[in-house]
Amino acid sequence: MNTTAILALIRNDIRLFLTDRRAVIVGVLIPICIAAFFGYVFGGAAKGQEIGKLPIAIVDEDQSSVTRAIAADLAADKFLQVTPLTREVARAQVRKGTQNAAAVFPKGFGEQSVNALFSGRNKPHIELLVDPSQATSAQLIQGLLAQYSMKDISKEAFSGVTGQKSLEGELQRLDGLEATPEQVEVKSLLQSARRLNKLRDAADAANGPASAQGAPFELGIPYDVTSTEVVAHDNTPYNSYAHSFAGMSVQFILMSGIDAGILLLLLRQRGIWQRIRSAPLRKSEFILARALATALISAFQLAVIYTAAGLIFGVRIEGSALGFVAVAASFCLLNATFGLMIATLGQSAAATRGIAILVMLLLVMLGGAWVPAFVFPKWLQEVSMYTPTRWAVDGLDAMTWRGLPLGEALLPTAVLCGSAILFLIIAVRRFRWEE
Amino acid sequence: MLVVDGLTKRFGVRIAVAGIGFRVDRGECLGLLGPNGAGKTSTLAMISGIAQPDRGTVRLEGTAGSNADLKRHAGLVPQDLALFDELSAWANLQLFGGLHGLRGQTLRQRAQEALELVGLDDRRNDRVKTFSGGMKRRLNIAGALLHDPDLVLLDEPTVGVDPQSRNAIFGNLEALKQRGKTLIYTTHYMEEAERLCDRVVIMDHGHVLADDTVAALKAQHGDLEQAFLHLTGRALRDGTAGAAQ
Repeated sequence: MNTTAILALIRNDIRLFLTDRRAVIVGVLIPICIAAFFGYVFGGAAKGQEIGKLPIAIVDEDQSSVTRAIAADLAADKFLQVTPLTREVARAQVRKGTQNAAAVFPKGFGEQSVNALFSGRNKPHIELLVDPSQATSAQLIQGLLAQYSMKDISKEAFSGVTGQKSLEGELQRLDGLEATPEQVEVKSLLQSARRLNKLRDAADAANGPASAQGAPFELGIPYDVTSTEVVAHDNTPYNSYAHSFAGMSVQFILMSGIDAGILLLLLRQRGIWQRIRSAPLRKSEFILARALATALISAFQLAVIYTAAGLIFGVRIEGSALGFVAVAASFCLLNATFGLMIATLGQSAAATRGIAILVMLLLVMLGGAWVPAFVFPKWLQEVSMYTPTRWAVDGLDAMTWRGLPLGEALLPTAVLCGSAILFLIIAVRRFRWEE
Repeated sequence: MLVVDGLTKRFGVRIAVAGIGFRVDRGECLGLLGPNGAGKTSTLAMISGIAQPDRGTVRLEGTAGSNADLKRHAGLVPQDLALFDELSAWANLQLFGGLHGLRGQTLRQRAQEALELVGLDDRRNDRVKTFSGGMKRRLNIAGALLHDPDLVLLDEPTVGVDPQSRNAIFGNLEALKQRGKTLIYTTHYMEEAERLCDRVVIMDHGHVLADDTVAALKAQHGDLEQAFLHLTGRALRDGTAGAAQ
């Protein structure tokens, strides 16, 4: 094997990379900047910084005690920024995107909702006007509406004027019906509620309305939720930069892989290709040199990016360092063969660059480098498991912030190496060496 | 030194080189002349080992005649500049020498000698993109000399350079001749062939039309240009003929 020639080619490729300021900026500085941005955006809330509130409008056409209470609760919620508006203005603002959604309480909502709580009939409607581009926000708003409506409607039903009136009306209605066993039980329940209200009224009269005994009865969520971040170590908070650096490293290193492939295509169109071909060098030696050079450049990029991630953003390898090296090395090999494959599949440099970038962006998106894969539809999540980028991002995540052991790096490493071998076979088969 | 026999090369249905034969003696400079599409570049590609002939042989004295042998003993100066503009002259030569298995002190010494021969040793650390066209052409020649080849193949090495640079290149090639190197030189410029070449092979449409000394051709046709036009005709050869090259 002509190791001198192989080393000369590798050295030359590294020299070309380092002398190309644009390549260094695109390959190292830009991924650091974008990863920093994504990490900040997705992780700011976790560090106790003020979060962006979702803007929603409330259209209260009822102006009952129930709707006013719901509006007040929504306005006090830390996730929402509530603006009371008329229906027309609210619709216009949702359409413009100024408000993510608008909840419209129609006239009679308070009374009808209290009646429906006892009878289960004639439920009123809350109309939710939503910005279709903010589907996730709409789901959150629906959940909060359900929580506060249940609380405030039940409070009014059991202790408010409207509720007591409705309770009496429902008892009268049941008196007029033929008593089935179920109706007897319902009537008994409502009578218990009436007695409870009388006891509370008496307590209020004796001790004042603010006494603990007189606290109004209301239905709410009968539990509290404590959220615990499941990360590598209990005393180490989740570092959102770890995931963003994994994703952006994968994306921009793949871009340098494309550049390596394009360089090879350009070489073929220049006299330098004849010079290389006129040297006593075999096809296998040339391919090996190209692959090793691209892999080494990828490793350099990854090392610089993760060094910056560690020094500036506190990203740590919480899991197996050996596992991290295994995933990183296999990804670098994958990138090298990806570049070679591009060079052998493409015809002209310009057309190949366009198609290769499209393919790369698809791989990166499917790999969850931009947005987490769990937001994908189920079928797309399954498809993403067939992309090597998903395994690269997951593997780097596993060894950094997830803090998993070496064993968890084996499958991603195997998939990446397998993909690299597949790309290499395609590249070797299609590579034109003889003129 | 070099014997080319029955050399044939096809590209699809088109025959680029049609069974040509000639020989070149050691230390001789052979001019390979012909209009666009004559088959000169394809012939050089086969002699240098880049392209496999469909038929025929290239025998180089003192070798077994394999492609690898040809590559070890021949140095090719491609028509297109074979240089990395972004790198220094020295870095380019480090690569080209490395491709031929040179390293360490030997590589440094050969690179220095090649740069001195083409008069670029004072610019060794400058990037090639800062060079003039003539300097690039000279460095292009230097890149083919690092492994000290017996045979140097030059494919139109003076294309697009000013008279001063052309004169400097002639000086470089004459120096190579004095060192006993065998040269095969393709060109469109008859005065270059007259100045440099001992013998001339005139080709057209893949065939050898004449193979003689410059003096003999001049005696027969008056001058080399008349010989060339007489043998290859006066019809323009741009368009498809150029593409066939």
